[in-house]
Amino acid sequence: MMFIPVQHGLLLAALLFTVGLIGLLVRRNIIFILMSVEVMLNAAGLAFVVAGARWAQADGQVMFFFILAMAAAEVAVGLALVLRMHRQYESLDADALSEMRG
Amino acid sequence: MRTALWLIPTFPLLSAVLLAIFGPRFSRRTTALLGVGSIALAALISLGIAADFLLSPPPEGRYSQSLGSWIRVDDLRVPIGFVLDPLSLTMILIVTCVGFLIHLYAADSMRGEEGYSRFFAYMNLFVAAMGVLVLADNFLLLYLGWEGVGLCSYLLIGFRYTNSENGRAARKAFIVTRVGDTALAIGLFFLFTQLGTLDIAAAMQHAVAEWPIGSPLAITAAALILVGAIGKSAQLPLQVWLPDAMAGPTPTSALIHAATMVTAGVYLIARTASFFILAPPVQTVVAVIGAATLLIAGFSALVQTDLKRVLAYSTISQIGYMFLALGVGAWSAAIFHLMTHAFFKALLFLSAGVVIHAMEGEQNLFRMGGLRRIVPLAFWGFLIGGASMAGLPLITAGFYSKGEILWGTWIGGGPVLWAAGVIGVVLTTLYTFRLFFLVFFGRTEAEAAPRPGFLIRIPLVVLSLLSIFGGFINLPSRPRLSRFLHAALPPDREGAPGRLTPFGSEVIVAAAFMVGLLLAYELYLRRRAAVRGLMRLPMAAGMYTLWYTGWGWDLFYDRRVVRPVKALARAARSDWIDLIYIGLARLTTLSYDALRRTETGRIRWYVGGIAAGTVLFIGLVLFI
Repeated sequence: MMFIPVQHGLLLAALLFTVGLIGLLVRRNIIFILMSVEVMLNAAGLAFVVAGARWAQADGQVMFFFILAMAAAEVAVGLALVLRMHRQYESLDADALSEMRG
Repeated sequence: MRTALWLIPTFPLLSAVLLAIFGPRFSRRTTALLGVGSIALAALISLGIAADFLLSPPPEGRYSQSLGSWIRVDDLRVPIGFVLDPLSLTMILIVTCVGFLIHLYAADSMRGEEGYSRFFAYMNLFVAAMGVLVLADNFLLLYLGWEGVGLCSYLLIGFRYTNSENGRAARKAFIVTRVGDTALAIGLFFLFTQLGTLDIAAAMQHAVAEWPIGSPLAITAAALILVGAIGKSAQLPLQVWLPDAMAGPTPTSALIHAATMVTAGVYLIARTASFFILAPPVQTVVAVIGAATLLIAGFSALVQTDLKRVLAYSTISQIGYMFLALGVGAWSAAIFHLMTHAFFKALLFLSAGVVIHAMEGEQNLFRMGGLRRIVPLAFWGFLIGGASMAGLPLITAGFYSKGEILWGTWIGGGPVLWAAGVIGVVLTTLYTFRLFFLVFFGRTEAEAAPRPGFLIRIPLVVLSLLSIFGGFINLPSRPRLSRFLHAALPPDREGAPGRLTPFGSEVIVAAAFMVGLLLAYELYLRRRAAVRGLMRLPMAAGMYTLWYTGWGWDLFYDRRVVRPVKALARAARSDWIDLIYIGLARLTTLSYDALRRTETGRIRWYVGGIAAGTVLFIGLVLFI
């Protein structure tokens, strides 16, 4: 069985998180923003799994299940909002939502 | 019957509250019934109590009633307590009875006026406050009435508030009397700290027992009370508010001048007489102020062109007589004159109201004339009231009260003050009959006025009778009122009568009256041209202006008080302390503006902010 050092796993998680964050920051399309959030959630999940494997505990995997469930819920609500937004503004540009300023 | 004492101020107060709340919803009839009826009840109760008091005098000559505690802190206890002694009984009779007649008159004369119920609410409150002031047995309750009277005068002078001139007059009256009120308040604090009690009788007993005559404590207390009395009673140098107070409706003027406000100062000094006896210099000042005021106001009354302003100056002058009497120790004479003054001054004002009504609001004397046939009721009212005020010998009340004051002045004050009083008689007669001749004789321009109603005629007739017969209660040969009052007032000051006898004094008063009458007759009825000739003298124009403007007091206050205060206010509006607060306000506005810009509503900016913040926070945790 090949061991992957824990540092590599965490590094990948950090990279994924950064990619997700950058996507969140630079993308204007709301769907890509949602996808970036998914990437960030997965990065967090990966970090938990790596940590769970390192100390041979089930906690990391349990946390990942939570994240999975939450991500599903988030996508469901998020896509519903995106649909509403599309109806209302005829656009998927996140900046179009700035009128409430809050 | 005595136990009903507390109802005297309560009925008017209740009616004032009812009128203030439900007034606009009441019909005029209900309003008048409530407004006049409450005072009528108070007057009836006063009369009943007076009869009771005279028929079965209470032990020690005074009856006091405590209704409970107003304030109770530690050993300070302020009861709501009323006291009935000859002095307060006489005063409350004047206040309620004369007040009732004025209310009766007002019920008719104010009929067409805007704010009918408001007017009666104020008037009732006025009488209630005066009742509290007169009956109070402790200084704090007295001060409550004192301030209530001041408030009501403000409200009533500014009754027709749509005209800004009236509002100005009301504010002037309020502020000028407030100067006196402040002094009185300080005086009351002083008395409390020195004597440890607020009960008037107890305080005076303590003072008499502990303070020697002429001690600085007594002088301070008496001086502070005196300043309070000067403000309310419109004496020198705080007399400037009263002539302007004519802005109020005529019944208001009658009430302020005859029964309530201006008599409060005289009453206060009489009530606290012991302090003044302990401070002879202050008592002398009272007499000098009275004499100076009666002369100065008399000269001013002589040249006024406004009917009501003549009467206002005459009130200042007559109150001057009362102060003179108080100052020379003729205590009962002061109260006697207060009583007769209430009768004839109310009569004069109500008659003036009839005249002004007939002239459709015209108040300038020189546009009147020949009104004798047009308003005979006012003619007779003026004749009787004026004769009484001037002191028509033997058959008017004013003659007896003024004669008594002058005799008291001769005994207790010396020839100089006495001479001032006698000159005052000449002046009074002169300005009264000048007014009378100008209004009722000569050519007529007015048209026949409608006959005054029933409610207007009754008060005029009753007050006329009182102005004549009211003096017989205290004839020099049978001084019933004086004897009655002596139970509550200190004994009159003794002195060597010199060569003058009481009879001689009366003769001189009568002679002074005749001189004044003859002068008025010659100058204003027979030879009007002579007055114009007098006016052409080089001195005359200056004197005329000086007297017409009330000896320039208004100008003096304007220059020395009003303008410096205004300048100070203007300077204080932009001082450096303000800069601190203005800077603080600017800073807040600026930071608000800056923070407001971060709230853009752009999600990605917020995310960026959160991410940057998180990085910063983690960095801080890791590396520091």
